[in-house]
Amino acid sequence: MEAYDRVTAARAKGRPTGLQYIQTIFSDFIELHGDRRFGDDPAIVAGVAQLCGMPVTVIAHERGGDTREKVRRNFGMAHPEGYRKALRQMKLAEKFGRPVVCFVDTAGAYCGIGAEERGQGQAIAENLMEMMTLNTPVISILIGEGGSGGALALAVADEVWMMENAVYSVISPEGCASILWKDKSKAREAARCLKMTAQDLLQMNVVERIIPEAERSFSQICDGLRSDLLETLRREKEMEPALLLQKRYERFRRIGSPDAD
Amino acid sequence: MLNRNLFKQPKNALESYDRHVKIPSPDAPDQMCVSCPDCKSILLTEDLSENFSVCPKCGYHFRMNARQRIDLIADAGSFQEMDAQMRSSNLLGFPNYEKKLWHARLESAENEGVVCGTAKIGGNVCGLFVMEPYYMMGSMGTVVGEKITRLFEYATEHSLPVVGYTVSGGARMQEGILSLMQMAKTSGAVKRHSDAGNLYIAVLTDPTTGGVTASFAMEADITLSEPKALIGFAGPRVIEQTLRQRLPAGFQRAEFVFEKGFLDDIVKRPDQKAYLAKLLALHGKGDPWKHTTE
Repeated sequence: MEAYDRVTAARAKGRPTGLQYIQTIFSDFIELHGDRRFGDDPAIVAGVAQLCGMPVTVIAHERGGDTREKVRRNFGMAHPEGYRKALRQMKLAEKFGRPVVCFVDTAGAYCGIGAEERGQGQAIAENLMEMMTLNTPVISILIGEGGSGGALALAVADEVWMMENAVYSVISPEGCASILWKDKSKAREAARCLKMTAQDLLQMNVVERIIPEAERSFSQICDGLRSDLLETLRREKEMEPALLLQKRYERFRRIGSPDAD
Repeated sequence: MLNRNLFKQPKNALESYDRHVKIPSPDAPDQMCVSCPDCKSILLTEDLSENFSVCPKCGYHFRMNARQRIDLIADAGSFQEMDAQMRSSNLLGFPNYEKKLWHARLESAENEGVVCGTAKIGGNVCGLFVMEPYYMMGSMGTVVGEKITRLFEYATEHSLPVVGYTVSGGARMQEGILSLMQMAKTSGAVKRHSDAGNLYIAVLTDPTTGGVTASFAMEADITLSEPKALIGFAGPRVIEQTLRQRLPAGFQRAEFVFEKGFLDDIVKRPDQKAYLAKLLALHGKGDPWKHTTE
């Protein structure tokens, strides 16, 4: 399967969204709203839920199902208040010692006048910084499109997993093609060059695990994820908190370092 | 020889923004005069260099390369460079990237998009990084991320404050996801430096955008900027294309960002050294009471 076909699959209509993953993997999800500074961003959902009885904090980009819902949720492209809401929930998770599970699915952080006025860059930067030392296990799963800083703001984690047909990139293939070749139609080629598929990223040690999608129903995928999450979080819970943070730091530290193996 | 862009009329406000003029270094004056992109005055190169590359007529801050800035900010002879030889390679096998790197080296006379080291500013020892606009517009690839991370790690180890000048078009596309990861990597190093009680001052210069804004440019204890610098996450062109509308005048300029509460101060170039020295001195380590004169 070509890189661009993965992009198409990741964006496909009807692909399960963040909320669907949350509702299928976890039980008793209670959504908690607002960033306490400006408003509530429907492009990101966050709250508490149970993973086989264990309390966890769950955060997800939500693109929305039907058109009306998509518009209301801004197609999963968050404003600064979305990232600040996510950080608020992560801080609560740290306080109450619950692990954090994030589902990433966004074309990118929204670029608009309000987003800039309220500090889109600052909001993302703060998440990157705070997540790096968040004193509780964090796992992020890329379920669809992982678009640049807007995706990374929910993906500074101890482990990052990726659905087989998800993509993760510094820029969309269309954006890359139009900047480099002034031609959006070369997106296919750009997708190949950007090395944005799950296989590519596993090879570069940017993700730890690929979740297979082929010939599996959504509920089978979620059953698998539930047990994978439980197993990984259990392992991380047994780790010294300082060691967990050290490993998280090193996880990103080695990427692109000439000293890395 | 006159600047080639001198008579080219910009088609719109955004295009005119890009009409920066490179100031020739004093050792190789191939241009006698340049035109100010803001007030269109014709200025003698010599007068401009003597005035910190600020237009004496309207106060427009011309773009400066990293070495010029270091000369301006660091005490004479105090700058000691770190990781000077580190160079990018084509990690993803991206088409034409080697050629771009080669051009960037030629254009900037630097090995990469950031210059790092230690320096004294008004006698205060600090880590210093200055991004290089003439190297692929200071875009952040793995080497830029690595150099900045190393600087913060060094500063943490030696309990040094860090002063950083940013100028960047964002993450470097040609290194794909690896450049995106540098945002997390540098943020981690900044956080550790901060948690150890060290000061970080960022000075955002024109333009600071994209992945650099969304990481170490916006993570300082004190964030300063030069007048009229463009500061934002998304570039103005991208926003205009997305919204299909013109942006209001002054949008994303330092004065606008200041008004929205994201900058501590806007400091003119001639005042920056003294300003930084004062801030560094005020953040000296130890018990603040021991400095009392009463």
